[in-house]
Amino acid sequence: MPEALRLALAIAAKDVRAELRSRTALLSAVVFAALVLVVFNFARDPTAIAAVDLAPSVLWVTFALAAMVALNRAFTVERENGALDALLLAPVPRGAVFLGKLLANLAFVGTVEAVTLPLFVLFFNVDLGHALPGILGVTALATIGFVAVGTIFSAMAVRTRFAELLLPVLLLPFMVPPLIGAVQVTSRLLADRPLSEMLGWLRLLALYDVVFVTLCTMVFASVVDE
Amino acid sequence: MSEAASARRLVRRGSAVTLLALLALAGVYLLALGFTPIEARQGPAQKIFYLHVPAAWSALLAFSLVGLSGGLYLWLNDRRLDRFAASSAEVGVAFGVVMLTTGPIWAKPIWGTWWTWDARLTLTLFLFFLFVGYLALRAALHDPSERARFSAVVGVLGLLLVPFIHLSVYLFRTLHPQPVVLKPSAPSLPPEMLRTLLISTLAFVLLYIGLVTIRYGVALAEEEREGRLDAA
Repeated sequence: MPEALRLALAIAAKDVRAELRSRTALLSAVVFAALVLVVFNFARDPTAIAAVDLAPSVLWVTFALAAMVALNRAFTVERENGALDALLLAPVPRGAVFLGKLLANLAFVGTVEAVTLPLFVLFFNVDLGHALPGILGVTALATIGFVAVGTIFSAMAVRTRFAELLLPVLLLPFMVPPLIGAVQVTSRLLADRPLSEMLGWLRLLALYDVVFVTLCTMVFASVVDE
Repeated sequence: MSEAASARRLVRRGSAVTLLALLALAGVYLLALGFTPIEARQGPAQKIFYLHVPAAWSALLAFSLVGLSGGLYLWLNDRRLDRFAASSAEVGVAFGVVMLTTGPIWAKPIWGTWWTWDARLTLTLFLFFLFVGYLALRAALHDPSERARFSAVVGVLGLLLVPFIHLSVYLFRTLHPQPVVLKPSAPSLPPEMLRTLLISTLAFVLLYIGLVTIRYGVALAEEEREGRLDAA
């Protein structure tokens, strides 16, 4: 295994371990996502709009909001007791630090998504059926991209006085392409459309992931190094 | 020459260019209203095209230059690039406001609605929000070097977001007119309309240069004052 990847995994493992010891952030994020789903259910007129018509957008808005909550804490924990400074003192390439934080965030957001999905099926009475592998795939594809951008913006936002406000303002424009793509693919999956109708969007999502993960890894040093 | 003096000189020169650009813009109005044929299907409503499209192009130019100078800043670490990026972002947001107000005024008579969630509208709106966020981030940071580095990163990432915006235009079914100038085949706009459009675009670019020069001078003066306060 390349050295950088090993270091990144070590950093991610540290974050996951810290998270599993307290579990408060993870639990709060899961509860938050569940509450968003509940609120959405009451934000539609059930006699006018069928749950399934709204389902893809509900799912993705919930994922996006939950990711935002999760990303806000990614670097606030590193701020306490100057933990980030200590991490940066370690002889680890900045790219590996970024990948480590990215993997940890993906684990966090992925866990929230994994809990949200069954709740979504339950609340919205959606029959995922054989669309499930596809939904899982497109979720991974869309999440990687915006969590990568979110990780870097989170590192910046914690340096300001109103991080909780600045992160969504910066990140939401970047979430738009992956969210549109993910909603389009999800609704086609739920409607049993052929793969050829989703291919364009899937390419866009994959390209977004490649471009932004690479770019964010490259510029991360400029964010953390004085 | 002292920084304060060169700041004053920049503001003076920028004001002159801005004045020239505003005069040119008045000329564009005359040209568009009096000397350019009326579009057959849209009638006089289409005249706003000569304002809307150049404003949109200049906003995109401004945002692209923010991204480019951000990238260069991360490489060269030159304060001037950061000052330019900040100025360009502010002017770009101003042009964005022109684009986002003329757009609905044009859309109401032609599409029958002020706003539609068409792909290009949605995504230019979000690009506009991105640069409002860029300015908010700048305002929230106090350390000049940190501010420069962070906003350069946002600028570079924003620049990379533009192609994704363009890609989604073609993927999303759209109400928006398909490109009439920048497209693989020859422009489909009649030559008289193309002429007015190009002249208006030049006027907007001139306006951009003037406003950015003023804003750059102001940034220079602000830094000079901050430096003086720190020294005192």
